[in-house]
Amino acid sequence: MSAILAVSNLEKTFGSIVAARDINVEVPAEQTVGVIGANGAGKTTFINMITGHLTPTKGSIRFEDRDITGKPSRDITRMGISRSFQVAQVFPTLTVLDNMCIAAAIARRRGGLFGAISTPLRSPDAMAEAEATLELFQIGLYRHAPADTLPQGIRKLLDIGMAVVGWPRLLLLDEPTSGISIEEKFGLMSVVMTALKSRKITVLFVEHDMEIVAKFAERVLAFYDGTVIADGPPAETLGQPRVQELITGVRVKPAGGAHA
Amino acid sequence: MLTTFAIVTDGLVYAAYLFIVAIGLTLIFGVMKILNVAHGSFYAFGAYGAATAVGIYANSGLNAALGFLFMIALAMTIGIVMGIILERGLLRLVYGRDEVVVVLVTYAVFLILEDVLRLIWGAQSYAAYQPMVAAGNIEVGDLVLSNYDLALVAIAMLVAALAWWALKFTRYGRLLTTVIYDRETAAAFGINVTVVYTVTFIIGAALGAVGGAVMAPKISVTLGIGVEVIVLAFAVVAIGGMGSIEGALIGALIVGLCRAAAVHLAPQFELFVIYGVMAVVLVVRPYGLFVRAQPRKI
Amino acid sequence: MASRAHLVGALLFLLAAAAAPVLPDWIVSLATIAFANALVVLGLVVMWRAGLVSFGQALYYCIGAYTVALTARWTGFTDAIGLVVIGGLAAGLVAVLVGFLIARYREIFFAMLSLALSMILYGVLVKSESLGSSDGFSVATPTLLGFAPHGETLGHILYWLTLAVCAICAVLTAAYFRSVAGALATPIRDNEIRVEFLGVSVTGIVHLKVVVAGVLGGLGGALAALAIGHVDPNMAYWTTSGGFVFVTILAGAGSIAAAFIGSLGFEAVRSIAVDAMPSLWQMTLGTVLLLTILFLPDGLGSVVSRLRKREGAAS
Repeated sequence: MSAILAVSNLEKTFGSIVAARDINVEVPAEQTVGVIGANGAGKTTFINMITGHLTPTKGSIRFEDRDITGKPSRDITRMGISRSFQVAQVFPTLTVLDNMCIAAAIARRRGGLFGAISTPLRSPDAMAEAEATLELFQIGLYRHAPADTLPQGIRKLLDIGMAVVGWPRLLLLDEPTSGISIEEKFGLMSVVMTALKSRKITVLFVEHDMEIVAKFAERVLAFYDGTVIADGPPAETLGQPRVQELITGVRVKPAGGAHA
Repeated sequence: MLTTFAIVTDGLVYAAYLFIVAIGLTLIFGVMKILNVAHGSFYAFGAYGAATAVGIYANSGLNAALGFLFMIALAMTIGIVMGIILERGLLRLVYGRDEVVVVLVTYAVFLILEDVLRLIWGAQSYAAYQPMVAAGNIEVGDLVLSNYDLALVAIAMLVAALAWWALKFTRYGRLLTTVIYDRETAAAFGINVTVVYTVTFIIGAALGAVGGAVMAPKISVTLGIGVEVIVLAFAVVAIGGMGSIEGALIGALIVGLCRAAAVHLAPQFELFVIYGVMAVVLVVRPYGLFVRAQPRKI
Repeated sequence: MASRAHLVGALLFLLAAAAAPVLPDWIVSLATIAFANALVVLGLVVMWRAGLVSFGQALYYCIGAYTVALTARWTGFTDAIGLVVIGGLAAGLVAVLVGFLIARYREIFFAMLSLALSMILYGVLVKSESLGSSDGFSVATPTLLGFAPHGETLGHILYWLTLAVCAICAVLTAAYFRSVAGALATPIRDNEIRVEFLGVSVTGIVHLKVVVAGVLGGLGGALAALAIGHVDPNMAYWTTSGGFVFVTILAGAGSIAAAFIGSLGFEAVRSIAVDAMPSLWQMTLGTVLLLTILFLPDGLGSVVSRLRKREGAAS
């Protein structure tokens, strides 16, 4: 099985600070991977390097067998990798529909600057795509609301929807449930995951809530001190003593088994 | 050899003048994130005020040093009063709006003040050369230097030293540094940002007016000197890095020396050189020599 | 609703064109200048929608004007349509180059660098004795498709030419606003990071806006040069740029029509006010600008759209 994403020996330093090191990960297509780790463990740095926001100091990133190391984020997006943000990045003064329309039109535009001039914003195709994605994420009701009036959860869904409207093959979700109340988290995640599964998208999501990771991830990457200290199915990874000690904070009971 | 010497001295004198004007602009920008186009008005009002002061003292037969002090004092008073009125009366209303909108506000103020200037002093130009003559000349080899010019360099150095000392060693200076570094955190630590803004703006305005005053004896004080100075000061501040005091100093030296070189070697390029240097610096360092681009956080 | 706006626009355009023979000459020439200047304002609107203000748009205005004047002087080519096209292209070319420098900047840097660049041109022109220094020089009388009209006829023909160029530019700009590149204005003002992560180069889009605005500015300058019959360095001076910015802020970025109506109103008021109280003109401008920013942040055009919205809600 060929991996859709292959990361090898990835390293990122800021001066003398090592933000990421020795990261080696291969992700097969359509897998859903949870990324865990304490704040500062290197999760967001990892995502920022894959999406081109940061250039790795060392190592390589391959996507669908093409080297994307150090490419600008807009090129990486156009190759099929999208991302959402820890703090939802939407266009606050535009309506939900306009937000989605812009994302859809950009994704469907022909290449280059000339493409940007010759592609209309509201082509029937782009509008249909935008509407379909609004329905997929169940936020059609808010279509005419300006984005800055949205409740946090809806704004998050819009943010993820805008990343998905261009049919990416790989999606990186940076803390999709941050800022969301505990009661809403599971509802939000099941809407998102159902939507992504229906489009056969490979997903990496950063998450702090271990119950969510256990429920939605097929595989877990545990980050500590800039590198991956555990990689495997959720039950197995979350059960490892080191992960419990360093990340999840569950006290390791000497006699009893770990509960995940 | 003589040319080189002339370029260096002319350049230093010009740099001194640019620095005095630019430091007020960069101070206000650093603290308040306002590019104050009306700084040109402060300069112009300072120059007109100085011309008036020189007129008064020339007719009254006071001694020259006293006349010079009177000139500076009057300009400074004008700057302080204008600063208070502008900051308390108007800018206060637009804090928090887009930077560009605030620039437009100061631009509108500048337009209004241009006509106020005309209403007060009329359309004719003023000469205020007396202090320059009174100061006399000094001969260095074949070159004749004006003592007034040398004094200008001394004043600029004094202002630079004072600014450095004030920012480093006074309580208010350290408050300012904090606000320049991070406004929100400064406010969160209980620094009264409103007061800091007002005081900064007044100091900046006074420096602008003093800049106009010390230049008045060297130029023909006429309508339109304000805009010239704001564009020049912007070039200086952009080269050094907006909001940076060291930047204003280095920027003034670069612009001053380049302009002096152009004046002596290729006069038709005089204006071009200044902006050409600015363009080159910005291509290499987009935010000027002393300011680094802030990486965007996601 | 959009088609109704188009219809109204087309009718106004035809009315303006048909009115020329019955209007006094001074009104026709004032309207010619006003509409030529409106093109520069339209360019500023293109940028203002993305939150960008250029304090030096007169750079392109002046390039367009001098290109027309110099082409006619050096080559003897005097066809009005050809000259206007050349003027627009020359300014567009300059904008392409300038864009490499300023497309990275936003807000005040963008505004002030534009200003600095226009002042370079001003400085160069003032020192160019072969181009008449600060006095400038006259533009050869233009011809049109082989005809050499003069006097009143020439005035009317230039007026119609200006109207035609304005109409074409208005239609093209409207099409541009409907494209992805044109629609990426509010998004750039709101959130550049999001735009980049949707797969677009923000710098590229801004560069394009600079060029669009530059071409519009050049066309405006070219038409103005023909209409005035004279070019001088003041066309690049900061006060010229300031006037364009003034009309833009006053008209607001909401509609294309606002640029034309705003510019016409501005020229009309200026021709009256400068005569009546020459020493208070800048003060008037400044005061109006201040009041607009404080009380009508979206420009006078927003009053119209607000009324329309209320009307829509009532019916």
